[in-house]
Order: sequence, then C-alpha cells, then structure tokens
Amino acid sequence: MSDIKIRAKLKDGETEVKCLMSHPMETGLRKDSKTGELVPAHFIQEVVCKSKDQVVMTANWSGGISKNPYLAFKFKGGEVGDPIEITWTDNMGETQNAADKIT
Amino acid sequence: MIDAKRRILLKGSLAAGTVGVAVGAGLLSPSLVLASWNEAAFHAKDLPTALTSLMGSDAAETSEAIKIKAPDIAENGAVVPVTVETDMAGVKSIAIVADQNQTPLIASFDLGESAVPFVSTRIKMAKTSNVVAVVQTGDKLYSNAKEVKVTIGGCGG
Repeated sequence: MSDIKIRAKLKDGETEVKCLMSHPMETGLRKDSKTGELVPAHFIQEVVCKSKDQVVMTANWSGGISKNPYLAFKFKGGEVGDPIEITWTDNMGETQNAADKIT
Repeated sequence: MIDAKRRILLKGSLAAGTVGVAVGAGLLSPSLVLASWNEAAFHAKDLPTALTSLMGSDAAETSEAIKIKAPDIAENGAVVPVTVETDMAGVKSIAIVADQNQTPLIASFDLGESAVPFVSTRIKMAKTSNVVAVVQTGDKLYSNAKEVKVTIGGCGG
C-alpha cells in the first residue's frame, strides 16, 4: 500500500497528472508546542515523475511545500493506458514509489 | 604519560559522539542521497543568492507571459495553492519562490522534453509577500510575481 495517490487524465492531447503524497514536510524551523524544542527537518527533496520509463519532470523541493504535498503537471504524447510512475525521496533518505495508468 | 594519552583518546571519542548525535537529530542535515538537490540554493536566505546558485544568474526579466494563479488573500499560510503556467517555448525549468520566507526558494521543477510548462502545488508562506515564479528557457530567465496576503503564517508556530 502506497501513500501516493495518482490521477492521470488525457485531454486534448495533453495528459494532466495530479498526485497527493502523504508526508509531514517539517521545515526544521517549527517548535514543538509542548516541549518547545525544534522539530527536526523532514521533507521531500525530490520527486521524479516518469511515463513509460522516460522522465517527464523532476521536482526539487524545500520544506516550504505544504504538508501532505499536492503536485500537478502536464505533458504531451501520453496515451490512454500508458504507465505513470512517481517516486519521492526525502532528506532522511526514505523513498516511496507508486504507479498508475493514464485514463 | 599513558594516562595523558588516555585523556586525549577520551576527548576525541567524546567529540565524535557529539557530532554523531547532532547528525542523528537532523541538526546537521546530512546531504546523503541526492546529488541533484541544490543545497546552496535551498538554504539561501535571499532570492538573488538562491537564483544564482540554482540557475547561474539572478538577472531575470519580468514577463507577463508567466501566469501565476494564487489567492489574493490566504487565510492559512500553511497551505497556499499556487499554479504557474506559461506559453513560452523551450522552458527548461520553473522555480517557485516566496520572497519573505526564511529560505525563499520553495521548489524548482525540471521539465523533460514532453512536459508542458505548467505546475501546480501548495506552498507555505511565513507572511504577506510576493510569490515569484522564475522560468528558465534556454539560457534566459524570466520572472513574474503576485502578492499574496497571509492572515496566519505557515512557518514556525
């Protein structure tokens, strides 16, 4: 079970991919309200989006992206049934991967 | 003599221990995995420094061809939806910046050949400021900005 939700829709020759990831996205600047200590930085640094093993887009992020990040992008040349693959890696070295098909 | 060496050794291992703990707690963010993640740019405290380390220059020309969709007033700075779109040709990358954030550079998107210059995401904003989108085409930089008023800041708290 992966925590990345993907919707990929083909419309007028362009595929719009929308995805939601589940991640705390801590900047490292926020203080814990109970202990007053800084919460360590923990955020997604890189998201790689592939279609048919070709990289469509690479996103590099800081902690300035909201918690449970949303990302949408478009590309040309996709066809219904083509696979879409999203992989993220965070600053702790964790990584997650999900795949879906264009509809 | 032996005793003195023992002291030195102890000191040394203690120091190493402290560094280890600091790394473990994420105080020294270990740049462990990603070669492409531009640490200098993402840790830069102002926009020109961030742009220079990210794109090699901060000389961006203002262009109305870049469309930024963001709310005029964001009640919650922790979640500000931002969409950047342009009809320019040959866009290589798009960067999103909130210029009053502690580290202004929020995201950079490297577009592949088939990608359309369109990205949409949600960002955090510390306070009312401009959301700046920087678009790189070939060797030129273009930017546009839109002010977003923030009622409750989304960083720290």
